[in-house]
Amino acid sequence: MMLSLDRKNFDAEVLESQGWVLVDYWSPKCEPCKELKPHVEKLGEKYGESMKFCELDITKARRVAIGQKVMGLPVVAFYFDGEKKAELTGDITPEAVEEKINELLG
Amino acid sequence: MSKVYDVAIIGGGPGGLTSALYASRGKLSTVVIEKGQVGGQAATTEEIENWPGTEHTTGPQLTENMRKHAEKFGTEFVRDDVQGLEADGFIKTIKGRNAEYQAKSVIIATGAEPRVLGIPGEREFRGKGVSYCATCDADFFEELDVVVLGNGDAAIEEAMFLAKFAETVTIIVIHEEGKVDATPVVAEKAFKHDKLKWVWNSTISEIGGDGIVEYVDVKNINTNEVTRMDTHGVFVFVGTVPRTKAFANLINVDDYGYAIVDPQTLESNVDGVFVVGDCRQKHLRQVVTAAGDGATAAVLAEKYIHEEEGFIEDVVDVDKPVIVAFWSPTSEASMAAMPKIEAAVKELGDAVKLVKIDMYRNSRISSRYEIIEVPTVTVFNKGEVVEKLVGLDVTTEALVNKVKELN
Ligand SMILES: Cc1cc2nc3c(=O)[nH]c(=O)nc-3n(C[C@H](O)[C@H](O)[C@H](O)COP(=O)(O)OP(=O)(O)OC[C@H]3O[C@@H](n4cnc5c(N)ncnc54)[C@H](O)[C@@H]3O)c2cc1C
Repeated sequence: MMLSLDRKNFDAEVLESQGWVLVDYWSPKCEPCKELKPHVEKLGEKYGESMKFCELDITKARRVAIGQKVMGLPVVAFYFDGEKKAELTGDITPEAVEEKINELLG
Repeated sequence: MSKVYDVAIIGGGPGGLTSALYASRGKLSTVVIEKGQVGGQAATTEEIENWPGTEHTTGPQLTENMRKHAEKFGTEFVRDDVQGLEADGFIKTIKGRNAEYQAKSVIIATGAEPRVLGIPGEREFRGKGVSYCATCDADFFEELDVVVLGNGDAAIEEAMFLAKFAETVTIIVIHEEGKVDATPVVAEKAFKHDKLKWVWNSTISEIGGDGIVEYVDVKNINTNEVTRMDTHGVFVFVGTVPRTKAFANLINVDDYGYAIVDPQTLESNVDGVFVVGDCRQKHLRQVVTAAGDGATAAVLAEKYIHEEEGFIEDVVDVDKPVIVAFWSPTSEASMAAMPKIEAAVKELGDAVKLVKIDMYRNSRISSRYEIIEVPTVTVFNKGEVVEKLVGLDVTTEALVNKVKELN
């Protein structure tokens, strides 16, 4: 299970959080997002020890997303100690997400 | 490998889903291999007003119904990304990222994807304001300004959809004032829309901003003058490119990558491999034409399987010589040859089997064995052609001698 983010908990769970945090930005109207999400969830089971896996439904927190310079979906962003370190956009494959995780975790 | 399907369909858009419905309803074992969410491009629009019998529906709704409909008749769905196809025999192998699949016939329904312009900033600002999917991203632009590039049906309809959310929608059109590629009924509605603004004779030469899109450079193609316009989003609808790369080594495609198929049967240059929907050469790329293609190909795939299995059983897997007579009821010459063939068979008795094939009704097998005219008589032994007699060379004696030689 991924941690659900919203307006209220985004800062605490992402920006003020220590270590690695992954945020899957999605919306119920975005078909490619819904296609990707279960794969990211699965990666969460594999890498959950070393990275916190979160998801944000942008229809519930549009301003938060825009504040993070996310203006299109899907986006998978990676934060370390509250700072955005990497981001995937466009046609994101599950393989690309896993590759990025491995690259970042080193 | 386990199961051999009758029909494997690559791609689960409207074309593939309709093939699946027809094939599985026709009692063929059917699988749809889809790399993403079922529904294809159609699932990326909220506005479908030209599906007959339905005044308005959304893409996700319509395609979800299509999926359920196919599933009801037994279609299996698997998620995989197809990388290639081997189709040199009756049983074909589809290579997915996760697994391989075997099928007697294959329907390629991989559709198309949005064309990327390739202008500076387009790639960099993907997910930052550059979008190819209004449904996916409209929510971001509530009370903000967006531009739409393009002027076909998709561009204009998506612009009107965006206008429900955005403060302003500016459509950038490359043609002279008043001219768009969209169909008149769509264009008229858009021209009356008070939230849409129009910029004519223009294109976008660059997209820029600081981390997210803040402006586009709009270039007038007549004067080459560039004007910077502030915006929060850029929606690009400048056509599509077919997704045929995985098959381009096998299937004939045109310069743009669209598959070239027989317009009657939708069969490609490879026997038993059909191509439907947006990824083939055609004039109108819509849900309804993709669906029509899907139905045609499924029926022709069934005919293909039937003919091939018949031929294998009657001619190839037979443990004695087989005389195959290609004829046509419309050819006097081929009618005249029949008694000579019958006489040979009578003389040879149990040593031979006779199969008659109407050349025009089974053109695939005729052309595979390079039958150009009737009558042509081939003698098969252990599945191979060992003799071919054409026209007046078809004699009782020649056939008897050949078969005796084999026994
Ligand atoms: C924004 C927009 C609005 C539109 N509006 C309308 C409209 O109002 N009315 C209308 O009639 N038409 C509309 N269209 C056009 C319509 O959507 C298409 O004509 C139709 O979807 C084509 O169907 P298809 O089955 O050929 O291909 P697609 O819908 O493109 O589906 C192809 C499927 O194949 C899958 N696929 C591709 N490659 C592989 C692979 N290698 N392995 C596995 N799976 C693969 C894809 O993921 C996709 O799901 C619109 C299109 C767009 C983009």
